Amino acid sequence: MSRPVTLSNVRLVGGVVAARAIARLIRTLGRGGGTSAPGLVAEWIDPAMLTRLTSRLPHGSIVVAGTNGKTTTSRMIADVLTAHGHKVVHNRSGSNLVRGVVSAFAAQASLTGNPGGDVAVIETDEAAFPEIVRLVRPRLVLLNNLFRDQLDRYGELDTIARTWKTSLASLGEETTVLFNADDPGLTAITRDLAAATIAFGLCERKHTLQLLPHAADAATCYACSADLDYSRIYVSHLGEWQCPSCGVKRPDLDVVGRDVELAGVESLAMTIDQHGESDRYEIGVPGLYNAYNTLAAVAATRHAGVPHETVRTALESFRSAFGRIERVTYRGRKLTLALVKNPVGFNEVLRMLTAATGALTVPTLIAINDLHADGRDVSWLWDVDFELLATGDGMLGATGLRGADMANRLKYAGVAEDRIRSFPTGLAAGLDAFVNQIPDGEQAYILPTYTAMLEIRKTLADRGAVETFWQQ
Amino acid sequence: MTTERVLTIAWLYGSKMNIYGDRGNVLALAQRARWRGIEPHVVVVGIGEAIPPESDIFFFGGGQDQEQIAVSHDLTGAKGAAIKTSVEDGAALLSICGGYQLLGHEYRPHDAEPLPGIGLFDIESEAGPERFIGNVVIDSQWGTLVGFENHSGLTFLGETATPMGTVQVGRGNNGRDRTGGAIYENAIGCYMHGSLLPKNPKLADWLLSAGLQYRCGEGDLDPLNDEIEQTAHASALQRAFATR
Repeated sequence: MSRPVTLSNVRLVGGVVAARAIARLIRTLGRGGGTSAPGLVAEWIDPAMLTRLTSRLPHGSIVVAGTNGKTTTSRMIADVLTAHGHKVVHNRSGSNLVRGVVSAFAAQASLTGNPGGDVAVIETDEAAFPEIVRLVRPRLVLLNNLFRDQLDRYGELDTIARTWKTSLASLGEETTVLFNADDPGLTAITRDLAAATIAFGLCERKHTLQLLPHAADAATCYACSADLDYSRIYVSHLGEWQCPSCGVKRPDLDVVGRDVELAGVESLAMTIDQHGESDRYEIGVPGLYNAYNTLAAVAATRHAGVPHETVRTALESFRSAFGRIERVTYRGRKLTLALVKNPVGFNEVLRMLTAATGALTVPTLIAINDLHADGRDVSWLWDVDFELLATGDGMLGATGLRGADMANRLKYAGVAEDRIRSFPTGLAAGLDAFVNQIPDGEQAYILPTYTAMLEIRKTLADRGAVETFWQQ
Repeated sequence: MTTERVLTIAWLYGSKMNIYGDRGNVLALAQRARWRGIEPHVVVVGIGEAIPPESDIFFFGGGQDQEQIAVSHDLTGAKGAAIKTSVEDGAALLSICGGYQLLGHEYRPHDAEPLPGIGLFDIESEAGPERFIGNVVIDSQWGTLVGFENHSGLTFLGETATPMGTVQVGRGNNGRDRTGGAIYENAIGCYMHGSLLPKNPKLADWLLSAGLQYRCGEGDLDPLNDEIEQTAHASALQRAFATR
């Protein structure tokens, strides 16, 4: 089908062409994935480009937001939709500010201004959420969780919740909001919307926490400000909550995850109840936090009309996004990389790594940078429960621009000083010095912040150990 | 038979005012006491709970707007007076950000009623037009102090107030007069997260020593091996100057 030539279409096409040329140029120059500059240019040529392209998608857009798990969840959703025969437009590289989303669309759009797919999965940064929702007018909004993350960038958690609430209130009944009801903060901002809502959450007996972790936020009642009680706590402030003062409690769940089985750093299985059906899902991502991601992805894709057999089969072959959890062999050592970016995420990674024996026995390198994308403030390390590591005997190495802060944090967590090793600040040198300490054929863990992960991955890629992420 | 020395750390509103890793300060005080054979008792003092009379050191961290309002109400009356009396008798105190503001005369938000403080420090604070976010370095009687600031509140010192130090990197109290924090007796307040005490061990030990002195008149501390702390201090300083 050809479109009439209009001025707005000329601008749109101009934006697409320019963005693609720039992405190609950046890659040719070897300056990385070219995931955001093209979007900046396209936005400049046609500010309405994202609205124009998404409005041409026959099956609309799914916007995925939340502090943790949004990259993994949106990849699961995109994989399932693809398996169902959709052609999916997706900012798969995890570049999730407005310009990153525009870049992804520009890369896939045809030169005549067609979006190049029939449905979009858009992962969005917390701060960019209101703008993306305004531009995209999604059919489905998925809200995973809201934790403390990079407060130096966002100001305060309350600020994000407030802007989300306003944004959600602007949605009409043609949109459905799928939200994690185990999060009292998300429950508060999804009440009384014109949009339809679907609540998902866990009913899990085995994987519970005894106490609310230190890093937990927002454990107060939205109605009366009393401190909430929990009958079960799953991750941070996510759980079965109720207010002892006014009786407000977790809403009834439309989609329930239960009987989660965790298999170390490898995989998980869980049962999901929805529309009166129960299905068992197995997926190659580990940890309870990924049970939440799986639950969200199943709820979203079932809502999009994908039969559960297709969902189940697609998720069975799912592998996690780059750096989230990755296993590579480097110089004969078996390395497991897991991204750490905020207290809740870090706590869950530590919980997963210590689940088998209750202690960390495998040598581990923690790589902390303080660049913009990591959060320039390393205070958050003091909100992570490293005290969990005090009992093990594995070596704990620190590297990165703020590796020294990390080593200090471990000391105050009660880790014996002879287990703490300070490696060179430069990540390539730090990585090699760490690996030198690991016997050939043995395994080790590497826990980097975002930019540290990019650099470690680049080092590993340059030496042939992993693929470069923008080729995935 | 030896009598175990103890020290009580009162963590004011620890469950509500604990943003930006402020608990690192409590961990630093507790561990540095423990490593010297002094048993730390950390008592979290919540809303509606009285100040434990045996408190030797107070810690008061930052919080979000909602929490700060509730805490301001709770501090008026006997509770605020008890903190003030303890400090005037020699107790040690560290306050950061929101806690610092509430220990002054008042905090004036943009579009809400002023929050009364307890007037321990001769300071007044108000919401400013921009947010100061970045590494911060001040010169002080404890040498160089390094941390991370993240505040939109502006604090101005009154005539009787003494600043903790002079700002070398960052904005400090208000971005105008280069003052950083305030000190009154053994109480200090400032806008330095980071966490502050773990990588500024001299300041941590000054507070510990003052707290012990207040408890039993004997504030001497055995030296510790601070190699890891000094490395963290130096690397934070280097990052602060590189990103100024």
